[in-house]
Amino acid sequence: MSLYYTKEHEWLRIEGDSAVVGITRHAANELGELVFAEARPAGTVVKAGETAAVVESVKAASDIYAPVDGEVLDANPAVVDDASRISADPEGEGWIFRFRLSAPEQLSGLMDAAAYTAFLG
Amino acid sequence: MSTESLLHTPLFSLHTALGARMVPFAGYAMPLQYAEGIMAEHRHTRTQAGLFDVSHMGQVRLRARSGAVRDAALALEQLVPADIAGLASGRQRYTQFTNAQGGILDDLMVTRLGDDLLVVINAACKAADIAHMRAHLSDTCTLDVLEDRALLALQGPLAGQVLAALAPAVADMLFMDVRTLDIAGAACVVSRSGYTGEDGFEISVPAAQAEALARTLLAQPGVAPIGLGARDSLRLEAGLCLYGADIDETTTPVEAALEWSIQKSRRAGGVRAGGFPGAEIILAQLSEGTARRRVGLLPEGRAPVRGGAGLFADATLASPVGKVTSGGFGPTVDAPVAMGYVSTALAQPGQAVAAELRGRAVPCTVQALPFVPAGFRRTAG
Repeated sequence: MSLYYTKEHEWLRIEGDSAVVGITRHAANELGELVFAEARPAGTVVKAGETAAVVESVKAASDIYAPVDGEVLDANPAVVDDASRISADPEGEGWIFRFRLSAPEQLSGLMDAAAYTAFLG
Repeated sequence: MSTESLLHTPLFSLHTALGARMVPFAGYAMPLQYAEGIMAEHRHTRTQAGLFDVSHMGQVRLRARSGAVRDAALALEQLVPADIAGLASGRQRYTQFTNAQGGILDDLMVTRLGDDLLVVINAACKAADIAHMRAHLSDTCTLDVLEDRALLALQGPLAGQVLAALAPAVADMLFMDVRTLDIAGAACVVSRSGYTGEDGFEISVPAAQAEALARTLLAQPGVAPIGLGARDSLRLEAGLCLYGADIDETTTPVEAALEWSIQKSRRAGGVRAGGFPGAEIILAQLSEGTARRRVGLLPEGRAPVRGGAGLFADATLASPVGKVTSGGFGPTVDAPVAMGYVSTALAQPGQAVAAELRGRAVPCTVQALPFVPAGFRRTAG
């Protein structure tokens, strides 16, 4: 299944009637080993670009933004339990939160893998 | 700030060659971390030996114009609350430059070595400290900023045997001893001290020989390069203050729980009591106490509580009792750790408080510092 990417280094993958969101491999490499992750409470409605989750390295906390408008459904229990799973497989098993899109047409404003790779330069 | 405008230490090209991620720090391009990452570098230092470049710190030599080192020591005592005149040759002491309000302008290490006093100051405060010393000490002392020397730190339980293999005389040094030693052909000033809570050394080396010495040290078994990221998590677990975070111009040494660094001779009734900026305030605080104290804090759960977070009496977050000044994840503790100031009535180990994190309360327990037992070599054997 293809991924949609943001300029803030999140990715989104559609899974049935919802989506999962994570950080890109590039972002995971930049942040280093993660020690903590949490999503905003289930049911939190966010606009694109608003904080939907937080990951923390030894050094700093980093906000994870909603790629598009929607509602936070839940955090990935595996990464809440052990945030290093994000670093281990950032674009796969290390997804951070499940999300319900309220305006799926906004996906057309995100990048595909080729565009994101070009964006990284 | 672009990296081009930043100052470089003599080890800049070595950092780059080792794959460091360079970041701006106090006007210098410094290694945040190397390929292993902060967590691994932190653990390496606690279990083996880490090599740090701290050449951005200021090294200053004071010499009495009279030729008598006591005159330089007495002059410096006018700026700091520590006993400097009583410092034996070959010994080092931690102290602070204070202001008239008893606040801290910077913290520093002072060494007496023969007729010289050697001072190591923080990079971010270097220019102000040097101006401060010139303004107050120039009548009695000549002041030389040792721009041509790098400063390396070798820290960790293997540091002693690693350095002894290159300079056998370090085997006799105890915590806070200082010696001039030839290491791999370089004329070094070595102190058995550091900023990690581990046994280890800080090595002042001529800039031209710094990279060769660093490469020699890195070639020893068990030695790895360590960046500023792990330096911060190591000092936090060790309960050591970061200037600008845990101490600053608004915190006194007594509020900061640094009164151990004010010797009896400088306290009320001592042979050279007071005589430093803010002495009336600081000496009164030593006898009467302060309204707030720096403490260690163990947040519950896994979420790091960082500098700036408010501290409250309980989870309602209704009654403020202080503020976190540094915090993060402690790789050796394997949990979040923090330091901050709380009302003195709450400054007892075991006291429960709450920190505000993203709008909610995180229960925290006041904890005696350090979080990790110190590995200093205080006695021979």
